[in-house]
Amino acid sequence: MALTNEIVQQKLTDKFGEQLTYWEQPYGMLTFVAEKDINIKVLQFLFDDEELKFRFLTDLQAVHYPDNKGAELAVVYHLHNLVDNIRIRFKVFTDIQKPDVFTATGVYESANFMERETYDFYGVNFVGHPNLIRILNVDEMDYFPMRKEFPLEDQTRIDKDDEMFGR
Amino acid sequence: MSRPVQYNNTIKFAGIPEGYMGEGFMATNFEKVVSLARKNSIWPLPFATSCCGIEFMATAASHYDIARFGSERMSFSPRQCDLLMVMGTISKKMGPILKQVYLQMAEPRWVIAVGACASSGGIFDTYSVMQGIDQVIPVDVYVPGCPPRPEAILDGFMKIQELVHAEGLRRRESDQYKELMNSYGIQ
Repeated sequence: MALTNEIVQQKLTDKFGEQLTYWEQPYGMLTFVAEKDINIKVLQFLFDDEELKFRFLTDLQAVHYPDNKGAELAVVYHLHNLVDNIRIRFKVFTDIQKPDVFTATGVYESANFMERETYDFYGVNFVGHPNLIRILNVDEMDYFPMRKEFPLEDQTRIDKDDEMFGR
Repeated sequence: MSRPVQYNNTIKFAGIPEGYMGEGFMATNFEKVVSLARKNSIWPLPFATSCCGIEFMATAASHYDIARFGSERMSFSPRQCDLLMVMGTISKKMGPILKQVYLQMAEPRWVIAVGACASSGGIFDTYSVMQGIDQVIPVDVYVPGCPPRPEAILDGFMKIQELVHAEGLRRRESDQYKELMNSYGIQ
C-alpha cells in the first residue's frame, strides 16, 4: 500500500504523541510543529523508519515572527521521501533571546551549509554544528539581516550617497 | 547580377599631433605621441557580474564592435590591462576582490563603472550590496542605465579615450593623484 499523509501522521503520533501539534495539510503537504528539544529525534525517526524513509532534506530555513513572543524564530525542515514521492514539513519554535536548536548535521550531511545559511541570516545557534560561521554575507557583519527588526529604508545609513538620491 | 561595390569611406583616422615636419622626419611633443598611442590601444579588463555584462558582450561583438576603438584585445589578466570595466552589481563581499584586481593593474590605469549598480548600487538598496564601486576604487567614468545600451557603453569608452588623450605623462606622479590614492588606502 502506498504511503499517505494519514499513515505518516499515524506513525508519528504513535511514536511521539502529544509532542507534535498543529497538524495540517496545506495544498496536500503534511505539516506539523514539534517541540524544540525533540527535533533530532523526529528527524532520526523519519529517516530510519523502514516505511517512512524520509532520507532527503530538501530545505532547512528559519522564519521570524516578531509578534510571537517567546517563540519568535521558527526553524522549518522540509523532508522528501524519494521512494514514495511524499514531502512533509515540520517546524520548531525557539526564543529569539536564546536561539539554540540542535543541529541536524548528524542525520543529514546536507544540513551543514543550510544551517550555516540560517545562522547567517537569522542567527539561529545550531548546537553541535561542526563549523557554524557565516556563509554568504561578509564576515564583518554584526547583525542578522533577515530578522524583521530592521526598517527597509534606514534613514541613518551612511553608505548611500544622499547627494545622488535626493534624500 | 553583381552587386555594386561599396567602399567604406567613413573611416576616421587618428589625427597627426602638432609638430615640425620635414622630409623623412617629424619632431613633436613626446607626451602627445604617447597619449595618442595609449588612447587608441586601450586594453579593457571586463569585470562583468550581471546583466550589464551581457550588454558589454554585445558591445564587443561585431555589430557594435569595440575593436573600432583599438580595444579588440580583452585581457583577463589585470596585469596587462589599462581599463577596468566594472559591469554589474558588486556585493559587499565582492568589494575586496574588486580592489585586489585594481591593485594588480599597472599604472596608468582607468576605471569605468557601467550601469546603475556599479555606479550607485542601483535598485539594490540593501544590506548586501555595495552602494557604488567608488567606495573601494576611484572611478573615472560612470555610465548610467539599467542596463545601458551598447551605444552608451561606447560613449563612456570614448569619454575614457578623451581622458587618456588629455592626461599628461606626469599626472600619476602628482600630489593630487597620490592624495586620491591615499584616500582609498592605496599606496
